[in-house]
Amino acid sequence: MSTREWLLTEQPASRRQARLGQTYRTWLAFTHNRLAMVGLGIVLVLVVVAVLAPWLAPYDPIVGGSLRTERLLAPSWQHLMGTDDQARDILSRIIHGSRITLLVVALVAVIATPIGLLVGTTAGYYGGWVDTVLMRITDIFLAFPRLILALAFVAALGPGIENAIIAIAITSWPPYARLARAETLTIRTADHIDAIRLQGAHSARIIWGHVVPLCLSSVIVRVTLDMAGIILTAAGLGFLGLGAQPPQPEWGAMIAGGRRFILDHWWVATMPGLAIFVVSLGFNFLGDGLRDVLDPKAHK
Amino acid sequence: MTDTASGEGRHGALPALLWKIVKILASVALTFLGLLLVTFLIGRVVPVDPVLAVVGDRASQSVYDRVFIELGLDKPLYEQFWIYLQKILSGDLGTSFLTKKPIVEDIARVFPATLELATVAILIGTIFGIPLGVLAAVRQGKLSDQIVRVVGLIGYSAPIFWLGLLGLLIFYARLHWVAGPGRIDISYEYSITPRTGLMLWDSAMQGQWDAFRNAFSHIILPAALLGYYSLAYISRMTRSFMLAELAQEYIITARVKGVAEWRIIWVHALRNAAVPLVTVVALSYAGLLEGSVLTETVFAWPGLGQYLTNSLQNADMNAVLGGTLVIGAIFVGLNLLSDLLYTLLDPRVRRR
Repeated sequence: MSTREWLLTEQPASRRQARLGQTYRTWLAFTHNRLAMVGLGIVLVLVVVAVLAPWLAPYDPIVGGSLRTERLLAPSWQHLMGTDDQARDILSRIIHGSRITLLVVALVAVIATPIGLLVGTTAGYYGGWVDTVLMRITDIFLAFPRLILALAFVAALGPGIENAIIAIAITSWPPYARLARAETLTIRTADHIDAIRLQGAHSARIIWGHVVPLCLSSVIVRVTLDMAGIILTAAGLGFLGLGAQPPQPEWGAMIAGGRRFILDHWWVATMPGLAIFVVSLGFNFLGDGLRDVLDPKAHK
Repeated sequence: MTDTASGEGRHGALPALLWKIVKILASVALTFLGLLLVTFLIGRVVPVDPVLAVVGDRASQSVYDRVFIELGLDKPLYEQFWIYLQKILSGDLGTSFLTKKPIVEDIARVFPATLELATVAILIGTIFGIPLGVLAAVRQGKLSDQIVRVVGLIGYSAPIFWLGLLGLLIFYARLHWVAGPGRIDISYEYSITPRTGLMLWDSAMQGQWDAFRNAFSHIILPAALLGYYSLAYISRMTRSFMLAELAQEYIITARVKGVAEWRIIWVHALRNAAVPLVTVVALSYAGLLEGSVLTETVFAWPGLGQYLTNSLQNADMNAVLGGTLVIGAIFVGLNLLSDLLYTLLDPRVRRR
């Protein structure tokens, strides 16, 4: 019996085999979706480039070459994406900038997801006035357009990459809380939750140990779908001069830097924008594919 | 944003509708109060000393103390919030540090430009987005469906300020198809009497067709980009609503009766999909406010977005919070509008 047959068998012999088989089927469905695979590829490339940035980048991202001879060179074999007004190699800056992008996405996900899960599951599990209060707060945060609220927070906290991450995280959690609450409402009446409660488990333990894990997969899909939005918001803040500060090679700030001479030296602003576009397209493809595979309602 | 589904059945037909509207309004009032609380608190955590912003850093200690008292900073926080609330509700958003004018006046001056841009954009987004979504739903899984999907995802993925720069580079600088940044050429600026502040409307009403053409040439590129952004969302939602409608039994009945296919799609199904679509269009109209901040910066468009970023870059906190509050309020208002329309248009929601 091949591994494949073992995984796809109709009569799994153990719980582990059944679970692995289910995972494998999901994976098969996922690989069938060509766009999703492209998305996965782009995201993997982003991670690899970010990890290996110092070895991949042909030049230094911060210190440029000779200001007299190497400024604003058009793309060539020496500089694949040209150089900017400080004679820095744009490709090297984009490669190093991938670290900032990945950092923003990862930190926002790590901060916002638990907040959303905690608020949503607590509201859904307790119901009553706890639910009303928490969801009212969620609604208030949803009532601001995201970028505008992030702008106001960064204005208050001061510009910089850390504050931009905090601001984006503060504006990102409400949809996750909504989703987690909706999931919890269906989970909390399940028999196994009743059984655990009868065993005398504490509410906090039930929520973290038994409700949150069940909400996790749909929230993760939602977070993946949101990542493109997070990248675009961070780039927008960078473009407005509120995110990462120069000379950090943040993509949005790089576009802002190249904006002044876009008409004569188009590559300076175009290249980093292309990087943002490709990466957020990758996350969108990936999230779209994940949703199709993991959302039972979407099955045809 | 509100729980429209949890209507009570114990009231009669009309009171049920009224009850629902009262509930929606009450929740909007609460949300608005929350908005005020958020902007108030953001204003309090600012590291910039509000007193120094008024008196400058060379003022003597006695002047500093007097302004400190005048601004009410010695009072407890809840009392300060109460004062803030009264001020806002009486239409006073404070004075801009930068322009030295009341912020309400400033916003009233710049708002028409944003309104005009967003309106042209939403028209573009709706006119192209709905047919594309219908097409994708009818040809589900086929090539055209995939193309619409990818076109939508590209709209979701491209940074709008980058598209704006590229658009200026290609269509303005290279091809000369459209006019450059700004709302209108300087030579026309004083030939139109501003009545509504909407350039296209004012110039058309006054018969200034040259000015109209010029203003149109200025607005079309930023509006098309913003419109593309909302097209992505509208076409995607249209597709999923249409798919849900096309699977209904009344569609089969219509087919059995021999109704023409185009009529089934564009009349029977689309009319039912139109109810939730109203909500979608209202929400993406609100979403355009967000996109307009970045677009206006790129196109030097003198609207609310540019006002906000200008104030930000000059640390004019009053103006930033005032602008944020106004945008938040418009957002809530549009949400309210879509909720009310939904309640009024959908007989199922109304009856429940």
